[in-house]
Amino acid sequence: MSRLFFALALFASCLLHGPVSLILSAEPDPKGVDFFEKKIRPILVKHCYECHSVNADAIEGGLLLDSREGMRQGGESGHAVVPGNLQESMLINAIRFEDIEMPPDGQLPETVIADFEKWIKLGAPDPRDGKPPVVRQEPDLEKAREFWSLRAIRQPSHPQVQQTAWPRSEIDRFVLARLESEGLTPNPDAAPRALVRRVYFDLIGLPPTPEQVKAFVDNPSAAALKQLVDELLDSPQFGERWGRHWLDVARYGESTGMERNFTFPYAWRYRDYVIRSFNTDKPYDQFITEQVAGDLLPADTIEQRNEQYVATGLLALGTKSLNENNREKFVMDVVDEQIDVTTQAFLAFTASCARCHDHKFDPIPNEDYYSLAGIFRSTETFYGTGKLNGNRQQAKLLALGPDEVKPVATGGAGKQKGNASQKLAGQLKAAQRRLQQLRPGEGQQAATAKRIANAEAQVKKLQRLLRNATQAAAGPAAKVDPNVVLVMAVQDAAKPADTELRIRGEANDRGKTIPRGFLTVLPVDKKLAIEPESSGRLQYAQWLTSPQNPLTARVAVNRIWMHLFGRGIVGSVNNFGITGELPTHPELLDHLAVDFVNHGWSVKQLIRTIMNSRVYQLSVAPNAKAEAIDPDNKLLWKMNQRRLEVEAIRDAMLMVSGELDLSPGKGSIVEAIGDGDIGRNVRPDRFAVASVKRSVYLPIVRGAVPEILQVFDFPDPSIIFGQREVTTVPTQALFMMNSPFVIDRSRQFAQRVVTEPELSVAERIDLAYQLALARTPTAEELETAREFIRDAIESSAQPDPTSTTAWSSFCQTLFACSEFRYVD
Amino acid sequence: MFKMSRREMLQTTSSGFGYLAFSALAAEASEKEYTSPLAAKKPHFEPRAKRVIFLCMRGGPSHVDTFDYKPMLKAHAGQAPGDVEGLNNQKGRKLKPSPWEFRPRGESGLLISDLYPHVSKHADDLCLLNSMHTDVPNHPQALVQLHTGSFQFVRPSVGAWVLYGLGTESQDLPGFITIKPPARLGGAQNYGSSFLPAVYQGTRIGDPGQALKDAQIGNIENLTTSAELQRKQVNLIQSMNRTALDRNPTNSQLDGVIESYELGYRMQSSIPKLMDLSGETDATLQQYGVGEKATDDFGRQCLMARRFVEAGVRYVELTHEGWDQHNQLHNRLSQNCLATDQPIAALLADLKQRDLLKDTIVMWGGEFGRTPAVKNDDGRDHNATGFSMWMAGGGVKGGLRYGATDDFGIAAAVDKFHIHDLHATTLHLLGLDHLKLTYRYAGRDFRLTNVAGHVAKAIIS
Repeated sequence: MSRLFFALALFASCLLHGPVSLILSAEPDPKGVDFFEKKIRPILVKHCYECHSVNADAIEGGLLLDSREGMRQGGESGHAVVPGNLQESMLINAIRFEDIEMPPDGQLPETVIADFEKWIKLGAPDPRDGKPPVVRQEPDLEKAREFWSLRAIRQPSHPQVQQTAWPRSEIDRFVLARLESEGLTPNPDAAPRALVRRVYFDLIGLPPTPEQVKAFVDNPSAAALKQLVDELLDSPQFGERWGRHWLDVARYGESTGMERNFTFPYAWRYRDYVIRSFNTDKPYDQFITEQVAGDLLPADTIEQRNEQYVATGLLALGTKSLNENNREKFVMDVVDEQIDVTTQAFLAFTASCARCHDHKFDPIPNEDYYSLAGIFRSTETFYGTGKLNGNRQQAKLLALGPDEVKPVATGGAGKQKGNASQKLAGQLKAAQRRLQQLRPGEGQQAATAKRIANAEAQVKKLQRLLRNATQAAAGPAAKVDPNVVLVMAVQDAAKPADTELRIRGEANDRGKTIPRGFLTVLPVDKKLAIEPESSGRLQYAQWLTSPQNPLTARVAVNRIWMHLFGRGIVGSVNNFGITGELPTHPELLDHLAVDFVNHGWSVKQLIRTIMNSRVYQLSVAPNAKAEAIDPDNKLLWKMNQRRLEVEAIRDAMLMVSGELDLSPGKGSIVEAIGDGDIGRNVRPDRFAVASVKRSVYLPIVRGAVPEILQVFDFPDPSIIFGQREVTTVPTQALFMMNSPFVIDRSRQFAQRVVTEPELSVAERIDLAYQLALARTPTAEELETAREFIRDAIESSAQPDPTSTTAWSSFCQTLFACSEFRYVD
Repeated sequence: MFKMSRREMLQTTSSGFGYLAFSALAAEASEKEYTSPLAAKKPHFEPRAKRVIFLCMRGGPSHVDTFDYKPMLKAHAGQAPGDVEGLNNQKGRKLKPSPWEFRPRGESGLLISDLYPHVSKHADDLCLLNSMHTDVPNHPQALVQLHTGSFQFVRPSVGAWVLYGLGTESQDLPGFITIKPPARLGGAQNYGSSFLPAVYQGTRIGDPGQALKDAQIGNIENLTTSAELQRKQVNLIQSMNRTALDRNPTNSQLDGVIESYELGYRMQSSIPKLMDLSGETDATLQQYGVGEKATDDFGRQCLMARRFVEAGVRYVELTHEGWDQHNQLHNRLSQNCLATDQPIAALLADLKQRDLLKDTIVMWGGEFGRTPAVKNDDGRDHNATGFSMWMAGGGVKGGLRYGATDDFGIAAAVDKFHIHDLHATTLHLLGLDHLKLTYRYAGRDFRLTNVAGHVAKAIIS
């Protein structure tokens, strides 16, 4: 991107949008023209025309300086020249190197700048007539539709392969055809022991038990694998694993984040909704529709209605600047966030780039953004948050009752807080009594001044705490009917309406009204016209899930593929635009997309199909020849060795230590704490709860993500994440060596190993290996481990063959080694 | 210290034979070579500074009482500031001259008030930035903008960008350390990495309100395992890690795991050693004001900052809280300056004496300044349109006053210097072009300065 563009775009905030000044004399003063010809035109030709003339390769910033009209009309940053007005002439700003710096190759001499100023003061006489210049190059949508991701999805033809015996599925044929064309041979199949561990982690994010490993290794047939995959897809742990993948994309967080960080006590309902949706294999098109327009869908039961409302939490739980005092700006920021999450998550397009101008790369005109903005402008977002100091943009929540759905203002969960307040109130009373007693004149001995001062300080402290506690728990939530469910959700606004284009994205600078609609580059079904009295979210959802929409299914199958191979068929999973990567296997992608839609958008069916393919089951072994041709394994000649996500690392430690509690998490500590401003009246360490439940249930408070998650690349919950980073840094080693969490798990793990009766040292080592790494140690490993334990026992204070210190030190090394956190 | 990568080692030892042939091989090998994302990287151009110490005066220190001399305030004391364009909320205010005297300091004659007598002795090293301005006169937004450039969106912090751009010189230490940052007002966002890889986020030492002598980095210490046993543990872990690497030598991450244990193991001793000030001489401790009630805590912070940068930490931030003087200006501003003056002066002197000041940027300032015109006679309110910061060392011209506010100190008027400009200039001093230091996220290249930023070349020596 050129520097000029950046510089020009900067101007969004400081522009004046007055009409073009009309001090144009029909006959320019000949002296003035002479001045122009001598002093101005040569400079323009020499320094500006290269980028700002009709003959320029690319007209930068929509600005033309080769005609009078062009100069006066200006570009994206405003009028380049306003005769007689230096302040408003952007050209002067630019050549003075103020907000913009032009020309880019260096500032013009002061005398030249003075000439330009003089010329503008003279009324900018300019003899150059010419056609009104093109100010804006409209995106060529027809041409744009030829881009691979915007072309209609078609079932590709059956791929031809030479090794016809190799493929076990259609997927394999596509991959093999590519490999053959590059002269590559696929790796051998993975050993059953590696494969079974892979399948467990990929599907449920937990390691197999030694018994489960044995069961598969004893009978590693294709049928057995198929059955295993089916069983795991049916287990409730599947949704906990795959739901979390979606929560990355949904930038799930339990607070507003941003400069003032207010809690979202009910965000967890959306988390549970996502987990349930994956567990019940909710058709993906329905999953989208519910999240975008669940409140507008018919429901047969209260449960179904509630479920659909909770789904729209997607639109409510984004980051918010509640301290913002410009209401319109705040509202447009919320709208922007909603556009951003829906377009990136479902379409892998960044429509929010078109907020201030046409998208710089992708065919999304500025107007398209505002047609989507009209939809969300016509939507009311119920994100709650309490009446707290600094919250200038408090909202209600929706109360889903047996008979009606209505907005309620809340102070949060209340219950616990109420108790805390009551407790504090009691303490305060007692302290006040004590103070009374201490004061002289009660017929008792006068207390010392120091004791009185202490008692007074105590009273003051309790008063302050009580004030904070009541403030944190303000509102009527404690009185809410148990049959009423409080949710973060959306509803159509009272008066849906189209909204105006905001000039250069400035919330209060309104341009023409833009009819509500969708991205014009994607074919729109005429049936999806938005009724004036509705927001249009339902139609937006229908457009997103329309079989004619070329992006949605492709984006979805690509995300799923990425979770199973470590890399998407399109590497940039959140960007299917011009600046994204091209698919490595475009036909395979389309084949999967067609298959996905034909199977009723079933996520489980797609995963089943992929996992039963031969490609998924390849070994990770290196191969020098293939390495030389395709070092990044883009063509899939092997399976990628992948590091586990942090949730799986933590859950595996708990499982191996025998402590993992597989029951679903109930609510969230954030609900128990209620409304609050993190760092002000809620200490961030209050979210650091000790838990032995699965990681997906840990509180995800923006800015206070649990330490273990942060250490291993948990994504910033304020950001829409498609694929996580994998970093390898010393803080991870320190965590594994020293954190109380790992040390405690190691101790429990050791307990498990040493309390097994009548085992020899070698057998205990073997058991520990099987539990942690799903394999038996090699003879050499066994010997090294045995030596370590012997040493550790001997050097401990009380040598004891089942010394917990020695065994837990050993067990800790199994958690700490790279094999534990990598999947072959 | 910094470990040479295999490739570098080969290169330096290869001058004897055909280098061209070798470099082709090396390029090929490097595809698979593990490089730590924190390894030192070459800047875009010759840098003037290698590291930064940011002294964050949280709350918005009053510029007209410290570093921005405004004699007109005295001449017009008690009068309304008039209708100065672009100023909000000036109604009902009266100009309040500074109760403190300003005097010319050093050879340069920079005007600094009596609140900073020790720092004043370094006037010839200071570059006063008198024309600072920011977008929002509100603590949360302004503090986040000061640290990330944006108050609207969650964006990486300056320290994270610097670390991303330059890596770190000492692999035994975190590259970006922030001491006692506020938990609110953006909290971790102020030292976060946002969409940059998490490895670039700042490492926090201590909590606000905690005494620094009790602060520690998480997981740096093992309370249960003896040092001897731990060494054996690490040996065992590494032997397993090598086995894993032997099985799949093409996965450079496995190489990274091995390195991470070596470094992590060493950090356990290097970090506490650095944070332990007991090895410093009494004279040094005294110089920083350690042991004196008023200056002890910030003195320790400053001394620790010197120890960190000396050991190769790229970006250090210190926070001093409580500069929000809506009232009790006289008392509380005096206290704040007393608490910070001697420690900061000691830091400058110490860096200079160790020849580190020349390539270390020391930067002082808060999220905004305070109103020259007041409603409360002993208090000043938030002023975002004009305020002061200063820089010293790191290729910055000393004894210079850059930019100016209007006659009363209300708004930046000459050489206006926005937070984006501060960021662009800081990066520039570090050898990084703020236009080129980009990271691709969501389909576009992001930079610290978003679409703004202007390098103030005039302040570079």
